[in-house]
Amino acid sequence: MIQQLLFVLTLLVFGYFLRRRILQIRNTIRLGRQVPVTGPVAQRLRNMLLVAFGQKKMFARFIPAFLHLLIYIGFIVINLEVLEFVIDGLAGTHRIFAPFLGSLYSVLMNVFEFLAVGVLVACAVFLVRRNVLRLPRFWSAEMTSWPRLDANIILITEMVLMLAILKMNAADQILQQRDAHYTPTGKLFFSSLFIPLLEDYSTPFLIFVERFAWWFHITGILGFAIYITYSKHLHIFMAFPNTYYARLEPAGYISNMPVVTREVKTMLGLQAEGTPAEDVPAHFGAKDINDLPRTSLMAAYACTECGRCTSECPANLTGKKLSPRKIMMDVRDRLEEAGRNLRAGTKGLDDGKTLLDHYITREEINACTTCNACAEACPVLINPMEIIIELRRYVAMEESGAPPAWNAMFQNLETNFAPWKFPAADRFNWAKEN
Amino acid sequence: MKIPTLSELTAKGQSPDILFWVGCAGSYDERYKRVTRAFARILLAAEIKFAVLGTEETCTGDPARRAGNEFLFQMQALNNIQLLNGYGVKKIVTACPHCFNTLKNEYPVLGGHYEVLHHSQFLQQLINEGRIKLTDANHYQGRKITYHDSCYLGRANGVYHAPRAVLQALEADLVEMKRCKSRGLCCGAGGAQMFKDAEKGNKEINHERTEEALSTGATTIAVACPFCMTMITDGVKAKEKEQEVKVKDLAELIAEAQGLT
Repeated sequence: MIQQLLFVLTLLVFGYFLRRRILQIRNTIRLGRQVPVTGPVAQRLRNMLLVAFGQKKMFARFIPAFLHLLIYIGFIVINLEVLEFVIDGLAGTHRIFAPFLGSLYSVLMNVFEFLAVGVLVACAVFLVRRNVLRLPRFWSAEMTSWPRLDANIILITEMVLMLAILKMNAADQILQQRDAHYTPTGKLFFSSLFIPLLEDYSTPFLIFVERFAWWFHITGILGFAIYITYSKHLHIFMAFPNTYYARLEPAGYISNMPVVTREVKTMLGLQAEGTPAEDVPAHFGAKDINDLPRTSLMAAYACTECGRCTSECPANLTGKKLSPRKIMMDVRDRLEEAGRNLRAGTKGLDDGKTLLDHYITREEINACTTCNACAEACPVLINPMEIIIELRRYVAMEESGAPPAWNAMFQNLETNFAPWKFPAADRFNWAKEN
Repeated sequence: MKIPTLSELTAKGQSPDILFWVGCAGSYDERYKRVTRAFARILLAAEIKFAVLGTEETCTGDPARRAGNEFLFQMQALNNIQLLNGYGVKKIVTACPHCFNTLKNEYPVLGGHYEVLHHSQFLQQLINEGRIKLTDANHYQGRKITYHDSCYLGRANGVYHAPRAVLQALEADLVEMKRCKSRGLCCGAGGAQMFKDAEKGNKEINHERTEEALSTGATTIAVACPFCMTMITDGVKAKEKEQEVKVKDLAELIAEAQGLT
């Protein structure tokens, strides 16, 4: 009974913190501009199903894709067991699903154990890739101490949680021989290997071990769920809305600015002056996160810092400062900072800082070739280029601060209608020459 | 070369089947003017009813938009759309992937709706229809050619097959670079980079790409974009390989193989 009350209390505390954090994230994303979501819902659902649920784009690189799949399936399936944990915890029962499932229950428990071991192996290999093999994409400039630590915390926590399941099952199997309260599961494939280690201990101690592992696992999972919302690991949830809201246009399309269309049409006499202009932004392009579309802000929370974008970026590959992953990390850091400011009851975004310059430099955005390699590489359909273009728009239109060579190109376009300084009258000379 | 312009045809009460959008590089860049002429020769030889805008053509606005100057982009775009719609243009072919992308993807929302083809797609169609006849002058048979994907053709618009189909028609030995198709490496000129120096780094992007192309052992690097042409040609020169390795546009290869030069 005490355990049941404690469990209810644990769930309530968990619910409180999770809800608070979800609202925090929602409010920071809402700092962004609302943009209409267009295009067929069916296609959006299809993207979500194939890319987020089906992990289609992960398989461009087979080895990490396979290991990631092990963890992913383990995560989804083992969560079914968590459902049993929660019901047991509330009802004070033990393995409540077992009587309903009969012999199938043992089969399922064995499946879970195989998955748990799969997760263990995959996490171990991932730790080796990060810390021993030191894959370059996990050690580039923006991968400072916290992003690297975050990744390791996630992997180690997942391993510890899986070990807790196996240990609990081992103690449970011994207790099944000694006490009728413990529903027989039969010998389980992996955890039975631990039985010799525990067999000699007394029943009360084993009950303690089983209970400890049970509590450790369930509070571990709940605590981890809260941790995830502060971590890059949030991609396990945000990948779904992000793939749903991802743009459907061809990758080469750059979003139109209707407010500019109105002004240019008026200038060209294509539209009567004084056409009512709704949704006129404070300025053109983006200087800070509140100028960016909400979808870009959501994308920052969907990024798990895998670095596939950066490892394919031609600018980054040739030593330029631009890193598409850093663009996403900067947006998220700025979002979190703005959120903290607002909650502290202070200035919010007016803290003397902006996304442009304080997080992302002009040198970075100027280096982008808009080649779309980053967007193509992203397994969850994040598009860092959209953010870069919005920042460039601010610099070019609000500050006339584009690089001098670009300003010269603009001038050529205005006077000669070509980006180079050639007279328009010479445009057709190619047909006369040989 | 006698190239019909849209204004001449309209004055005669005629209208072409397709507009050849030449683009700024195709009009002014010495090297790419040769590509423009090669493609025009192919069109003339295939007896395509086409026209160009001549001196009426202006930049699509692509580099302005990508450098952040949306005003300038839309000025160009809306003026071009007025011109194109005024002539009743329905179908456009262009040898520039940047023009192709802008005309095809970015003009519709501003009121310009056209069927837009890149010249690689149009060449593929002509080959499939038997309207391009290759002669004994085709010395590319069995020769090693590698194809460099233009970002604005490939990733931006998913055109990976057409350029390769054109090269296959030459019966050349097509060798792929390690980074090809959706993982093709940019030449370094997109996003208005063509019009300024690169940011500080430890290497030029076009050198990185050219090294990869040279490592295939191909004696011809085929391109389908004026900016890629400049970048890869410069890369080959920097590696002092311009004697052994030629950088050619698809249209030039086909025109040569047709004996049209």
